Amino acid sequence: MAFLDLQNVSKSFGGHSVLTNVNLSIREGEFVAIVGYSGQGKTTLISMIAGLLKPDSGTVTLDGTPITGPGPDRGLVFQNYSLLPWLTVYENIALAVEQVFPQWDAPTRQAHVDKYIAMVKLSHAKDRLPKQLSGGMRQRVSVARTLAIQPRILLLDEPLGALDALTRATLQDEIGGICQSEGKTVILITNSVDEALLLADRIIPLTIGPGATLGETVPVNLARPRNRTELNHDPEFKRLRAQVTNQLLSFNSTRQTTLTRKLILPDILPEDLDKPRVHRPPRRLSEEKSENVTIA
Amino acid sequence: MNKFKFDWLILPLVGVLIVLSVWHGVAGKKIFVTDAAGAIIEEKRIGLIPDLPNVVETWTSSLPYIKEPFAKRGEMDQGILRFTWYSLVLVAQGYAIALIIGVPLGFFLGLSPTFTKMFDPLIQVLRPVSPLAWLPLGLVLFMRAGPEAGTYAALFTIALCGMWPTVLNTAVGVRAVPQDYLNVGRVLKLSRWKMLTKILIPATLPYMFTGFRLSLGISWLAIVAAEMLTGRPGAGGFLWQEYNALIYEHIIFSILTIGLVGLILDRLMSLVEARFKATS
Ligand SMILES: Nc1ncnc2c1ncn2[C@@H]1O[C@H](COP(=O)(O)OP(=O)(O)O)[C@@H](O)[C@H]1O
Ligand SMILES: [Mg+2]
Repeated sequence: MAFLDLQNVSKSFGGHSVLTNVNLSIREGEFVAIVGYSGQGKTTLISMIAGLLKPDSGTVTLDGTPITGPGPDRGLVFQNYSLLPWLTVYENIALAVEQVFPQWDAPTRQAHVDKYIAMVKLSHAKDRLPKQLSGGMRQRVSVARTLAIQPRILLLDEPLGALDALTRATLQDEIGGICQSEGKTVILITNSVDEALLLADRIIPLTIGPGATLGETVPVNLARPRNRTELNHDPEFKRLRAQVTNQLLSFNSTRQTTLTRKLILPDILPEDLDKPRVHRPPRRLSEEKSENVTIA
Repeated sequence: MNKFKFDWLILPLVGVLIVLSVWHGVAGKKIFVTDAAGAIIEEKRIGLIPDLPNVVETWTSSLPYIKEPFAKRGEMDQGILRFTWYSLVLVAQGYAIALIIGVPLGFFLGLSPTFTKMFDPLIQVLRPVSPLAWLPLGLVLFMRAGPEAGTYAALFTIALCGMWPTVLNTAVGVRAVPQDYLNVGRVLKLSRWKMLTKILIPATLPYMFTGFRLSLGISWLAIVAAEMLTGRPGAGGFLWQEYNALIYEHIIFSILTIGLVGLILDRLMSLVEARFKATS
């Protein structure tokens, strides 16, 4: 029996079918990435695992027990961080720790909170309010808050989606390292194939809605620890990336699109940099009679 | 000439001067009619609105009340700050009742659509009712309370009129709490009490304080009406009494005092409100 098991899960909102017949089995300790286009039901899927949404049909079980509601055994890192803005970094995490470990005494809890703040390298900012943090720092707090309640499974909903590329890369490495050392079962939702390849044991693409479902699993047998610069030259990495990307693109080609608007391109051509600046009026396609091409 | 040095000070002063001149221009003036020998036969007021006291008369007549703001010469003849103080104490009590009832009511409305459907129409009907209309009902309700009936009726009026902005803003604030914050609480399985104190109340505070500020403004409106009808000593009671005593200068003086105090209260509440807006 799988650790986390989804059987024929379907969900629709007001007659609009979002997910149909989703089947997913995850072993304990596995890191699974689900990649998909935005708006196709990734958050909906993870919310049902978290218990925040109830499936219309089908079952979700964790370790054999059906999931009926949210609980701290499934740690959800929200897409938009969801830190409470009136609490400091420390207080945000402490609120969670107090709630989940009421039997601990105050010093134990305090040490526990401090440990996770240090893990995400925010000890210097622990008394700051969320609005005083950058996006990357906020997401670190959110990760620390979730890890601190020691969930049995970690649910990451596009945790790095809103970050710039550099912060994103740093956090990918950090999250990868932490998940590796904690040996957690993880579901990572992402729209980045590279991110999925860097972190996951296997990748499952989500097809396109209405009525999206999970596509074909792609196992990622790349050696760990994975180094992003080395990976870029790894033929297996390239092959996997092409495999996942092609699968995603194939969903897209089945989608019907009707273009009702006439596409009007701007009537402007690149500047001729050889001419001095003052003699360079904007060149318009409609005004070009002929083009002289000089070949050196 | 849009902006110049001290425009924040000079422009309002110019505005005040214009209004004072217009007032003085249309107000009445006392003149003495004399006979041929120069003896006064009669004293009369002339002007566009002869009975309206002019700026100088208002000022001289009000001066004793400003000079000794805490004097107590009689029940209805006291320094202006003393009167204001009586009013403020009563407002504080009524306002406290308004908040104590208004905040939970707002939370119920915000949390329960059923509760909203049940009571919202009623609230919309009661909300526009003027303090002047509530007071007689208050007097009837507390008729058997003895000599304090007037006070209770005044408190009833202030609380009832002042409550609505707090109720409605709290309800709006509760409905506006982002689902994400609630989800954080749900994932942690916070108890109802913790959900309320740790998430709902802090998230609603900025809205609540907007309500508190508006409620204070209305409470201050209501107190004047309540004092006028019950004849209690206070800023509004003084106004009504001086009207009956035909000292019209003091009507204007009272109006200005009431306005200034209202402004100060509003500014103070804005400061508190801004603090809460800043932290969330
Ligand atoms: N609570 C809801 N009510 C109605 N429609 C919803 C709700 N949540 C999500 N949807 C719809 O379901 C679809 C999938 O949303 P979501 O799961 O958030 O996508 P993703 O996370 O992949 O971007 C979207 O079309 C969205 O509009
Ligand atoms: Mg999403």
